[in-house]
Amino acid sequence: MEEIVLETQNLTVYYNGRPAIEGISLRIPRRRITAIIGPSGCGKSTLLRCFNRMNDLIPSARVTGRVLFEGVDLYGPDVDVVEVRRRIGMVFQKPNPFPKSIYENVAFGPRIQGIRDRRRLDEIVERCLRAAALWDEVKDKLHQNALTLSGGQQQRLCIARALATEPEVLLMDEPASALDPIATMKIEDLMRELAREYTIVIVTHNMQQAARVSDYTAFMLAGEDRVGRLIEFGPTQQIFTRPRDRRTEDYITGRFG
Amino acid sequence: MGLMSRSAAGIYAARLQRGMATRWREWGELAIQGLLLFAAMVSVFTTLGIVAVLVIEAVPFFQQVSLIEFLTDPQWTPLFAQKHFGILPLVAGTFLTSAVALALAMPVGLLSAIYLSEYAPARVRAILKPALEVLAGIPTVVYGYFALLFVTPLLKRVIPDLETFNALSAGLTMGIMIIPLISSLSEDALYAVPGSLREAAYALGATRLEVALRVVIPAALSGIVASFILAASRAIGETMIVAIAAGQRPILTLDPRRAIETMTAYIVQVSLGDTPHGTLEFRTIFAVGLVLFLLTLVFNLIALRIIERYREVYR
Ligand SMILES: Nc1ncnc2c1ncn2[C@@H]1O[C@H](COP(=O)(O)OP(=O)(O)O)[C@@H](O)[C@H]1O
Ligand SMILES: [Mg+2]
Repeated sequence: MEEIVLETQNLTVYYNGRPAIEGISLRIPRRRITAIIGPSGCGKSTLLRCFNRMNDLIPSARVTGRVLFEGVDLYGPDVDVVEVRRRIGMVFQKPNPFPKSIYENVAFGPRIQGIRDRRRLDEIVERCLRAAALWDEVKDKLHQNALTLSGGQQQRLCIARALATEPEVLLMDEPASALDPIATMKIEDLMRELAREYTIVIVTHNMQQAARVSDYTAFMLAGEDRVGRLIEFGPTQQIFTRPRDRRTEDYITGRFG
Repeated sequence: MGLMSRSAAGIYAARLQRGMATRWREWGELAIQGLLLFAAMVSVFTTLGIVAVLVIEAVPFFQQVSLIEFLTDPQWTPLFAQKHFGILPLVAGTFLTSAVALALAMPVGLLSAIYLSEYAPARVRAILKPALEVLAGIPTVVYGYFALLFVTPLLKRVIPDLETFNALSAGLTMGIMIIPLISSLSEDALYAVPGSLREAAYALGATRLEVALRVVIPAALSGIVASFILAASRAIGETMIVAIAAGQRPILTLDPRRAIETMTAYIVQVSLGDTPHGTLEFRTIFAVGLVLFLLTLVFNLIALRIIERYREVYR
């Protein structure tokens, strides 16, 4: 039996009063890669952004239902959003390093937590860059601007930056969709590596990618009413070989989406 | 068959020939192009003309007054019997009022830009931004009297030995006038910082203040600095406020409580006075004007360079 880290209960998100996703109940197991797949616009990003309360930044968004992180409701009254985001990191679709040095990008999280000691920062930067499989490529140019890196390197830098706050969960929203196949492969290898220590939730509309990297898969779909719902959740192998729902089968065999 | 195709070819050939309507259209386009070019050239030639006049009139001045005296003599008394032609007092006056203005406008302008771009709800921003820009549309003569009749009496209550004409009051009022320039340009620079960078910082657990101070401002820094430099150039060139409220006494001082004279105020004084044209006294304004022109030109060029560099950041 898997240990559950994150759980949504009857989660609904509204934008401007209109539901975008509705009634999502999902359990994310620890130290596994869970993929959220589904056609564009079905609410994958919306769901993912509930796990670190990034939806708070969208004034028109409203969330009902519960999101439990290790049993605590993230939307509860006494929850510190800053602490939530520190413990549940996020990597975005388009690499978005700060226009600062490689070093300062990774040191950003620790610095805002108040770590000033240079030796400790050096240690964190090296450890996270190694964990993101980027250290060997950048160790001689740590103080160069991060925007001089290639797209794939920038994305791995963003992963290193997220690791530096010592999160337990990494949320990834189509982290390879802006990258070429080789850079994509590196990110996927890296994810497998990271899954030994971290829980990873990845949104992807690339089914092969979900099949290649994930342990569990959640399939979402928006119906005629354009409201996204969870259609099926299970071990990736089962979803891809013996889907229980007709719509899942249609999607993974490419009949729509 | 052969006949058919030849006549068909004839029709197509005829279509390729330019008809009268096409010719007219081409002429029209040429005329419009010429008009636009002319409009663009008007401002270029005007600028060149101004520079030419400044230089032509300044040359005879520098034939009579050495550049060394002009730049190092601590007194400026061309309108007196005992004539001295040291521009330092006027430069000090301009520096003093500009420094006071910038000391007020830079922090206030930047803070309001940060508020507008990072904190204000969309609705507040939509009202406040144009409202601030209206401040920039108030005629400077109004600011001048505001300084003399309102700000100075107010300041006198706090600073008893403030002179009626003084650099402080003119400088502060000029600062108020410049705030919208800084806040508007800085806000543009802050607002242009991609939302993806803000998201990245929030996702790392940054607070709103940390996002503003550690991500948005550094990313927009060159735009902000450019707005400061343009503001400085505006302050140096500002005329009405200092002419009305700062005084006409060219003394070499950095005490903002005293009456001083700026380069611009001096030019106004001579232009409106009874100094006969063609005399050395009158030509002083062209020498001063040239210095003023070069100063603002340098500042604007620096600002342009910085803005250009800043444009490249997110490519
Ligand atoms: N900020 C927003 N404001 C209003 N509607 C939004 C916003 N973000 C997403 N939506 C809507 O919510 C639905 C789900 O979007 P999203 O979660 O981005 O889907 P996905 O990631 O699966 O492509 C879409 O219909 C989209 O138009
Ligand atoms: Mg998405």
